[in-house]
Amino acid sequence: MKSKRMTPGEVIAELRSGMTIGIGGWGARRKPMALVRELVRSDLKDLTLVSYGGPEVGLLAATGKIKKLIFGFVTLDVIPLDAHFRAARQAGRLTDVMEVDEGMFQWGLRAAALRLPFLPTRAGLGTDVDRLNPDILPIASPYEDGETLLAMPALNLDAALCHVDHCDEYGNGQILGDDPYFDDLYCAAAEKSYVSCEKIIPTEDFLEHGCIHSLALNRTLVSGVIETPLGAHPTACVPKYGIDTEHLKEYSAAAKDSDAWTLYRARFVDVDDATYVENAGGSDNITKIPAPVF
Amino acid sequence: MSEETKDYTLGELCITACAEAWRGDNEMLASGMGLIPRLGAGLAKLTFSPGLLLNDAECRLVSEPIPVGPRGDYKLKIEGWLPFARVFDFLWRGTRHAMTMPTQIDRYGCSNISVIGDHSQPKVQLLGVRGIPGNTINHPCSYFIPAHGPRIFVDQVDMASGVGYDSARWRDGARRDLMELRRVISNLAVMDFGGPGNTMRIISTHPGVTVEQVQEQTGFELAVADKVKETAIPTSEQLAMISDVLDPHNLRASAVKES
Repeated sequence: MKSKRMTPGEVIAELRSGMTIGIGGWGARRKPMALVRELVRSDLKDLTLVSYGGPEVGLLAATGKIKKLIFGFVTLDVIPLDAHFRAARQAGRLTDVMEVDEGMFQWGLRAAALRLPFLPTRAGLGTDVDRLNPDILPIASPYEDGETLLAMPALNLDAALCHVDHCDEYGNGQILGDDPYFDDLYCAAAEKSYVSCEKIIPTEDFLEHGCIHSLALNRTLVSGVIETPLGAHPTACVPKYGIDTEHLKEYSAAAKDSDAWTLYRARFVDVDDATYVENAGGSDNITKIPAPVF
Repeated sequence: MSEETKDYTLGELCITACAEAWRGDNEMLASGMGLIPRLGAGLAKLTFSPGLLLNDAECRLVSEPIPVGPRGDYKLKIEGWLPFARVFDFLWRGTRHAMTMPTQIDRYGCSNISVIGDHSQPKVQLLGVRGIPGNTINHPCSYFIPAHGPRIFVDQVDMASGVGYDSARWRDGARRDLMELRRVISNLAVMDFGGPGNTMRIISTHPGVTVEQVQEQTGFELAVADKVKETAIPTSEQLAMISDVLDPHNLRASAVKES
């Protein structure tokens, strides 16, 4: 079988400006931050970003990469709001948004994954999600009940970026944290899916690390695998490391001060992955960050 | 508040008032978002609604309330797995009663956690609607507001994140029988939606608070129940449960400002 190993640079080279890109994980949990930083350093622009949003939204908004955002929330979990996302919204730099209920969002990904045009839902009716999204149309049940529902359109992705614990080189992926979030749906909703991981391991070693339920991604869903140790930092990749709250405070503070932002960029964005890890405290310290307690 | 010496804080009164929202609920998920609602859900579970399910704000269902704050060597009593991907299956089925803390709420219970100001360029960007639209249309919801005031209880919310009883906001043919806004608990009073046309109504005021004071701090006219009671004060048993079991580090001390 063909190996799907790639570098972050090779992944970004396959993407184009104007694409619709989904980002796996949830809030400040298991975000593919190494791939996101590679994207920030690239010439790509005018992206439609689809995300259960965490710091990748703020980072991509602050660097002018996002044309449109499809989201239900943006949070850093340990810090309720993302200062960079807020700054972009409040300054009018991010006016094109499709804000939907979290469950509608899942429905959109699932519709895309199933190659359906939409899935019906009640969520959004009776709220401004309905009023503010003229592209989301109502539909009447064709059965006797005739109920009015919303037809959540498929969120078809050109590409999905995710980060998991382990992959084999063929594209099977293992998630060791207790919640797989929606990474499988993002991959299934996308034309191409690129999955970074803490470590690429031999297929036969998967079950030494976790039970069969941890095998969240099968290789039909995955176009490329990228080994990026600590590649979710400053978000969590539990059980290996938790959310780096101190780092997220520094990231947040940089939204309010252009000197701080220049410094943050120089230390944490415009650097290669090895330098990033060193600047973020080094591997030994990052892997000591405990799992978050909510 | 009253002049007599009391042996409970306003925060503790809010916890017991929040707990009451779950009275009568049996096998459903009690989600209290924010410290006081979470402690209220835990108290309901430990006392009059033992059938409730609780979760840990991640993906574990627990059969005993988790003490808030540092857990020491406390071990979760896990009874089930509820990853986010299953949460929507669960709550769209109706088997949940959530209590959240909105930024704005109107007389029909329509709530906002998304933005202040215009949606395309907000004055203040908040969280986003999260799961509130799906929650409020599918299962019972209640709200807790720690600082009752006219900027929170507003005539019009800036973005309707959660549904309310206002017919003007609903499309014809949409099912509205699955929703229920049960209670609104604030630092001043307890309200329900028993006013004319399902509008917000005062059912009890906290000790020392008058109906007029509640109305003064509200940006719309509240209905008033025929017999407005005084909100029940915490019993010594409830206070012991809160301080010994649910909140041993007294995080509640700073959650509600004493008036």
